[in-house]
Amino acid sequence: MDVLYIDLDREEFKIKDRHDLFDRYIGGCGVGINLLQENCPGGVDPLSPGNPIIFAIGPLTSAFPTCTKVAAMFKSPLTGELGESYAGGRLGPSIRFAGYGAIVIKGGAENPVYLSIHDDEVFFNDARSIWGISSSYTVGKILRRLEPAPGRRSIIRIGPAGENLVRYANVNVDTFRHFGRLGLGAVFGCKNLKAIAISGSKDIIIPDRKEYKEAYQELYDVIVNTDSLKKYHDYGTTINVNPLNNIKGLPTKNLKESCFEYAENISGEHFAENFLSRHKACTGCPVGCIHIATLQIPFSEGFEFETRIMPYDYELIYALGSLLGVPMAENVMHLIEKVDHLGLDAMTTGTVLSWATEAYEEHLISKQDTMGLAFSWGDSRTYLKAIDNIVKQPNEFYRALAKGEVYASEKYGGEDFALALGGLGIAGYHTGKANIVGHIGAPRHGHLDNAGYSLDQKALKKPMTPEEMVDRLLEEDYWRCFVNSLVICLFARGVYTEERVKKAMESLGIETERSFMEIGEEIFKLKYKFKTQEGFNLQDFNVPRRFFETESSSGMLDEEEITHMLGLYRKRVDALIED
Amino acid sequence: MRRIKVKNPERCIGCMGCVFACARTRYGVISTDQSAIKVKTQGGIETEFAIIACRACRDPACVHACPTGALMLKDGNVRFDEKKCTGCRKCGEACLVGAITFNEDNNMPIICVHCGNCARYCPHDVLELEKIEVA
Repeated sequence: MDVLYIDLDREEFKIKDRHDLFDRYIGGCGVGINLLQENCPGGVDPLSPGNPIIFAIGPLTSAFPTCTKVAAMFKSPLTGELGESYAGGRLGPSIRFAGYGAIVIKGGAENPVYLSIHDDEVFFNDARSIWGISSSYTVGKILRRLEPAPGRRSIIRIGPAGENLVRYANVNVDTFRHFGRLGLGAVFGCKNLKAIAISGSKDIIIPDRKEYKEAYQELYDVIVNTDSLKKYHDYGTTINVNPLNNIKGLPTKNLKESCFEYAENISGEHFAENFLSRHKACTGCPVGCIHIATLQIPFSEGFEFETRIMPYDYELIYALGSLLGVPMAENVMHLIEKVDHLGLDAMTTGTVLSWATEAYEEHLISKQDTMGLAFSWGDSRTYLKAIDNIVKQPNEFYRALAKGEVYASEKYGGEDFALALGGLGIAGYHTGKANIVGHIGAPRHGHLDNAGYSLDQKALKKPMTPEEMVDRLLEEDYWRCFVNSLVICLFARGVYTEERVKKAMESLGIETERSFMEIGEEIFKLKYKFKTQEGFNLQDFNVPRRFFETESSSGMLDEEEITHMLGLYRKRVDALIED
Repeated sequence: MRRIKVKNPERCIGCMGCVFACARTRYGVISTDQSAIKVKTQGGIETEFAIIACRACRDPACVHACPTGALMLKDGNVRFDEKKCTGCRKCGEACLVGAITFNEDNNMPIICVHCGNCARYCPHDVLELEKIEVA
């Protein structure tokens, strides 16, 4: 597959055949980590133009149902080490049909630009007139008028948060999807890169129609005609709110509690029954898991309404709902809309605000710091104003919040209750030790690397030793490194068994001699090499006290046991890197 | 005759399953271009999708517009004879719906044969293959 290299400094581009990388590392994060290593100078300031942005798809992209995602790799301005994030929408097929397996963006533009990539051409467009627009939605509306290929193009862009270098700014993909975590939006911002529009018209010729059809049909039937993915379509991920709450796994009020008395109000069921207005899908996915809520807000006595629409998912409802003690779905929706338009990662925004609320309660910060805002649980109006301030950064305190809860707590105190593991604000699970060890150890410190939250819930049914847990976390880490090199949607991870993946790849004429697990392990190792080179050390990370103070789904957690497990994880990683 | 009916356009989720199905069965490619059915946004993904499909007209304007007889009406459906086509694109201009697009490599129109494959791969009950008795 070809790689498109774009140089923003010189407004130049070139296309190179890099089958060497795709043959060995498949695509996605596998190819991505290699391109990052090749193009990211060691120790580079992540908020300087020297930090490259890599997008990579895989060999199954657009060819098989749910193979819709794109891996983004960069150096994270939030953690200062590996940045890795995924998004769907239409980006994957657009990159594929433009003829690329990956895109590397280097350098920075002198003035704001947006890129148009259409097949073999790249245009560097002046974006000064759209810089500073208050909503990422509006930017999409403007660019879709200017760009060709409606329906088969992708438009990705940053909001004001990315422009203002908030270290957890996201990149909006086709309005309803996002590269959410680890601050890719700020890397766009520091490059003066506002947006990218991409489309293509290169077809992929199917080498053997019969073989392809067989492989396709088998996957399609499991995805569409069985219940395997039904839950993602019907209620969506928000179906987890009530069950997690019931097992004391739903972080509430900065994890002072692990169940929320108003969980029912913000549950998937409540959203579906009252606000869900549409399902949408990423291109090439028959599941349609994108849930769109519509909120009608009256603004006059004459029955006039503002109609607001927004996508919602479990993690947003946890981060901007239970974690902040917001008891009403409507108020959670206002917060979701706010972060979405400004272009912030919802999860980190939640962990930052929940830290700030507790820090305010504990008098670590004053009204002078907050510029008059009195943070208190459930007060979504105050949170809306605070989010605006995080983006605008009018004083030292909000500048600190824009750097994340780790930075803010080092500066103001309250490190014991800053909910970051491995430097990244946590996802919505307080299920037990596997979740904590999993977050800290995982290459991108997210819940989707090794799904510790899921392992904890399995262990509730059938107890596991700490050794067994670490083994299974790492096994999942490796396997997902492979799956994310394909790049399939993780919702369909159960459908894409080793055998089916092999069949799918072979039907497109792609042979791999190595076992998939072996490939995954090598990718994991390369990610850790990058992390280590950029200063990450597993030994540096303590688990904040808060995680031991609040009951989890697995009961009160034992610090010694977690330290023991982290030691085991570290030994395995060390051995792998030295190997 | 057979006809693809866009039964419930409001239910479309934009997965493009129909488009990919048409491209792979008719032309043996993975593509969003080589398809007789198109799914487009109309004002962004925030709004409803436009599904553009051949209406199987009773008196097809495309057939009238074709100067070489490459398009003919047979059993109620439009048939395309590649050998007679000169790539003039008049059929495309005649179809106000926009259902006829072209293969940019060889200039040939992409004509829907109403085989029903698109409907088979629609997960959201948008499309239906109708069988109509021709009087």
